[in-house]
Formats: sequence, structure tokens, C-alpha cells
Amino acid sequence: MSEPQQPTRTQNAAVRLVMNAGSQIWSQLALPLLAIVLALVAGAVVIILTSALSPGKPMDFGLPLRAYGALLEGSLGSENGRVSTLVQAAPLILAGLGIGLGFKAGLFNIGAQGQFLLGAVACVAASQLVKDSDALIAIPVAYVAGALVGALWGFIPGFLKAVSGAHEVVTTIMLNFIGLALMSALISGPLRLPKSPQPVTPNVGDAALPILFGRDGHLGIVIAFLFVPLVWFVLYRTTLGFEIRAVGANPDASRYAGMKPRRLIALTMSLAGMLAGLAGTGNILGINHQMNATFSTTVGFDAITVALLGRSHPVGVMLAALLFGAMRAGAGLMQIQAGVPAQLVDLLQAVILLFLVASPVIRRVFRLRGVKSSLGTTETMAKTYGSEAIR
Amino acid sequence: MTDIPVLGFVIQFFGFLIDQLPFIAHAAVAVAIPIALAALCGVISERSGVVNIGLEGIMLTAAFVAWITGVVAVGFLGPGEPTAIFGLTVPLLLAVTAAVLSGMVLAALHAWLSISIRADQIISGVILNIAALGLTGYLNTIISKQSPHGAGGFQALDVPKFLTDLPFVGWLINAIFDQGPIALSAIVLIIVAQILLFRTRWGLRTRAVGEHPRAAETVGINVIGLRYRNVILAGGIAALGGAYLSMELTTSFQAGMSAGRGFIGLAAMIVGRWTPIGALGAALLFASSSAIGRAIGFAAPNNDMGRFLDSIPPQFYDALPYLVTIIILAGVIGRSIPPAADGQPYERESAA
Repeated sequence: MSEPQQPTRTQNAAVRLVMNAGSQIWSQLALPLLAIVLALVAGAVVIILTSALSPGKPMDFGLPLRAYGALLEGSLGSENGRVSTLVQAAPLILAGLGIGLGFKAGLFNIGAQGQFLLGAVACVAASQLVKDSDALIAIPVAYVAGALVGALWGFIPGFLKAVSGAHEVVTTIMLNFIGLALMSALISGPLRLPKSPQPVTPNVGDAALPILFGRDGHLGIVIAFLFVPLVWFVLYRTTLGFEIRAVGANPDASRYAGMKPRRLIALTMSLAGMLAGLAGTGNILGINHQMNATFSTTVGFDAITVALLGRSHPVGVMLAALLFGAMRAGAGLMQIQAGVPAQLVDLLQAVILLFLVASPVIRRVFRLRGVKSSLGTTETMAKTYGSEAIR
Repeated sequence: MTDIPVLGFVIQFFGFLIDQLPFIAHAAVAVAIPIALAALCGVISERSGVVNIGLEGIMLTAAFVAWITGVVAVGFLGPGEPTAIFGLTVPLLLAVTAAVLSGMVLAALHAWLSISIRADQIISGVILNIAALGLTGYLNTIISKQSPHGAGGFQALDVPKFLTDLPFVGWLINAIFDQGPIALSAIVLIIVAQILLFRTRWGLRTRAVGEHPRAAETVGINVIGLRYRNVILAGGIAALGGAYLSMELTTSFQAGMSAGRGFIGLAAMIVGRWTPIGALGAALLFASSSAIGRAIGFAAPNNDMGRFLDSIPPQFYDALPYLVTIIILAGVIGRSIPPAADGQPYERESAA
């Protein structure tokens, strides 16, 4: 019989291509995955240590497994859980894409919180203007209003940075609080439902999003996921995306190449604000349908972690958003079944971030070679703190 | 001393305030203290070149640690006999010490990440904030189920009545001195820090390290060491502000009780142009804006101005500090320029 066939050259090339692609994906995923695993281990240690705090109880070494089991069951174990994961992930995808877009341009947008809240208020206000039309008109109008006001709240820090060099980290923090006060003032004042005992807006009415699947799987989830390929396309297949990335990599070089960093900074911040505003709009039209004056959310800050964990890449952001969506969705069941407070999710988030920024140490300890440092996109940020105006 | 533009404005504003609503001053000082301490932490940290937006997290953690240390200490030692002045007890003193230490530990983490690892300082600060919110919320949920007994709080200084009744200055004496030990030491701390920062070798070195670290190193200053020391020291100061929240302003811990004071502290630091006294002035300005807002809510003066003030939504006063900060940052009214090397990790020449 013939000898075992030698692989042909093309087959070799194909194998190499696959292996290369594999190692490339590994080099992207290794650190985020390791950070998640290490965070879960750290979380388990905290759960075990704090299990002894309840009076008359010894340390419970099985509790972490029960807690994580409940977290998993609450987020993926049932139809309602899976839908709830998507519901929680949708705003994180949108706001995370916006923050990631900022990172690509070398901008640190801490303002997703304010952009989210004002986008939400704007869509409620717009829904009142088109109260007596049908959903086909009301929904687009509300969405456009949310996107525009979110974009405005992103434009302000972008514009300020462009004209005066005021650092976007500080201005977006300030704008978060101004946005919160504005939201509360609007809901207590002009937007208040007449004769309501507590300040609360009227219902969004026809602008409410249709439920497409499950208990509360609304149209906004589909819209959020559609923005993943859209943002990817803009970033990697258009001139605008190229310029955004060029400005982030080196503002001086991009200026010499004929780009306009100041205009791009204002535009990128506006786009980031628009995405966060869309996140707020989707949540209000899809879930809450009205707002009270103390409306609050964790989306703005969760989205920072999502963008960093997903390395600002649209697909990475989507995956990270699904992870945090699942954690937020399952945290309730974890608290009920295992008695572990839902705030564990915040703690896990902080530890994940900690391991991500300490990546040089992680790489040394775990001897990872050829693994990309995960925060490369943010290196240019600190250089423009406060004083330096961008030319 | 360096020019402090806000101070004149503060005094004017205060004059108006006292004229209209005399009782506000006391509340304003009480509200300003934690903001001023947070701002002082920011000043020392950023003057040495390290941005710390984790102030909020440090304060929240310290507030929690102070409370929980009090609970544990009362459990072991009993509540103790409070002293006549300030109502000091052993558990209370332990609580303050533990709170300050916890702040220094968090600040040390931030220092390690931003100085040695050269990680992004903003992300490092975000980590402190999220971790503090998560950990204190998590522990508070577990512990508060048992409704434990805390160590209570400090008492305000008993100012003799003839002093507070003095014409023209009585209200001022009452506002400043009718405060607990943390508030009074905060005021002293800020004045001392102003002198240290602009009149001593340590201050000169600190500012050199924040403006031009390479030049500082060439004249033999240990840039890395000084940055570490200052960031950790500053963490202890912010923690004192946190302890104030759970031991002097109130007597127990509530989840998320720092409520953005760390961020207002950052704003006060910027408006005060990175000087301790300026930051105190800004903190007083911000605190009086919220105090006047609250006072108008229940006792608006019955004249045209009162009606005008009453027509402003109360949320405006909450937003005012942030508005002022943005306007100043944008350079519309007077510019506020941070230290040149603020936020930039330093790499030693020999290591490159």
C-alpha cells in the first residue's frame, strides 16, 4: 500500500494560518480570561472569609460554589434568566462601545453615566410630544431625541477639551453630577406627571418598545446588538474610524498627516455620548417606561469596565457586556439562594480591573509570553491632563 | 503666598449669606469639612504628580472602617467613659486610627499601581471607587442584619456662650469652633499644609516632583520615594474626611454615604488652584451653596430676592460646584492650571 500521505504545502499553509489565527485570538483573550478567573477566585476567598461573620456559623468552604452556582442559574439556567442577561447586557454594549470608541481616540470618557441619564430623560420628553401618534413614529422620535441629547452631553467635554485643553476626565465627572441634578430638576418640574404624589414622569405611551421574546426581551436589545457590527465597520472600514484611531495613537502625527485632532476629539466624544444616550433610551422605552426623580443606574461605571475588559474592540465589548449582564442578572438569585450580597458583582468588577491594570505583574507571575497588554489604547491619555491644549 | 482668587469671593458670599440667613454658616462649615479634606488629599497627591480620583472610594472605605472598628471595639472594651471635651472614648480613638490606616492602605495600592506599575492613574482611581462601593456595600449588607451597636460619635466643642453672643464675630466663632475634633483638626491641618507646601523643603521638593520630576531627580530628590510618601499621606487625610462622615456628621455608616463628596473635593481642589487654603475656600463656597439651597427650601426670605431664589430649582445648588469647576477649567473666568507632570508616570533615567 502507499505510504502515509505527506501534507501538501497548501495544507501546511492552511494549518499554519489556523494556528496563527488561534494564537492571535489567544494573545487577545489570555489576559482578560485570566483576570476573570483570578477575580472569581478572589471573590471566593471573600465569600469564605465573610461567611464566618454571621453569628454562630463557622467558615463555609462550600459557599462560593453555591453562590456561583446560583449566579449561573440566575443568569443562564432558565429562559427568564437568559432574557434578563440580554436585557442587562444591552445598555452595557451601547455605553461600552461609546467608551471604547473614546479609548481608541485616546479619550477617557467617565461621563457615560450622565449621558445615559440625560438620554433617558430626553426620550421621555420626546415621547410626550408625540403622544397621540403610533409606535412607528413615536419610537424613532424618542430614540433620536435620546441619541441627540446624549451626543450633546458628550460634545460638551469634547468641545472643551478641543478649545481649552480641559481634561475630559474632570469635565465628564462634573457633567455626570450636573446631569443628575438636571434630570432630577426636570422630573420634579416640567416633566412631572400632574397630581402625582412623588415626582415621576408620565408613561412613554406609544414609544414603549415591543417585547420580541421572553418576558421582557424588548426591541432595544436587538438595536444594541446591531451597533456592534456598525461600530466595528465605522472603526475599521471607514476614513473616520481610521482618523479616530490615528488621533488616539499619535495626535501630533495625525495632525501632520492633515487630520484635525480637535474636530475629531469633539466628534468622538459626541458619538460616545450618543451611544450612552441610546443605552438610556433603550432602558426607558424597553423596561421602565417612566422615570422618577431618584432614578439611578450602574450602567455608566459598569461600561468603563466592559470597555477595558473588551479592549475597546466592538466584539470584545459585546462579550464583556454579556459577562457583566449575566452577573447583574444572576446576582439577585445569588443573594436569595446563597445569602451572598449582590454587591459581590461590584467587587468582582474591581478585582477584574485590578488584574487588568496590573497586567505587567500578571504576565511575569504566569509567564505569559506574546500576550498583549490589555490597556495599550489608553497610553496617550495621561499626557494631556489639564494644561496642554491640543493644536 | 500664592494668589488665592476665590477667597475674596468666598468672603463676599459669606457676608451676604450671614446677612440673609445667619444660621447657615454653621451648617456650611460642617458640610465643607469632608470636602476640604478630600481636596487637601488631592492637592498633596497631585502636587507630587499623581492624580487620585479614588478619593471617593477612600472616604467611603474609611467611613465604613471607622464605624465597624467602633462596633468591634465596643464589643471587646465596652463603650467607655467619654471625656468632657469632644466626648472622646477609647473605641472612638481606635476607630479614627483604623480609618486613617485603611485610607493609607488604599492609597498605597493606588501609589503602587500608578508609580511602580505605571498603570493608568484614572483607571486605578476608578478601581478604588468601585472596590470601595462593592466591599462596603457587601459587608454592610451582611453586618447590618445583626443591627450592631457602634461607638457613637464625637461631640462638638462647647463654646462659651459669651463668645458666640459677641456682636459681628459671634456667628463666626460659633460656626468655626462649635465643631467636633475632626473638623477642628482639619482646619488646622489645612493651614499647616499650606505653610508646609510653600515654605518648607518638603513642600519645595513635592512641587518640584510634580512639575518636573526629571529636574528634581538630577538634583538628588528621590522622585519615586517622595511620590509614594505623599500619596499615602494624602490617603490618610482623605480617610479622615471619611471618618468624619460616620463619626462626627452622623454616628453610623450607610451604604454609599460618601455620596460624591470625593468628587466635589476634586472640584474644590481645581477651583482652589491646587492650594490647601484655596481648596478650603472653594469647599466653603460649595458647602454654602448647598446650605443656602436647603435653607431657601424651608425659609425663603419674604421679598423679591427671596421669591427669585425660591423659583430656582433646589437641584441648581447641587450642580453649582460642578458648573463653577467646568467654567474655571475651560478658562472662561480665570484659569486653573494643574502641576505640569500631574498624572504622568515617572521613569527613572537609569532604568530607561
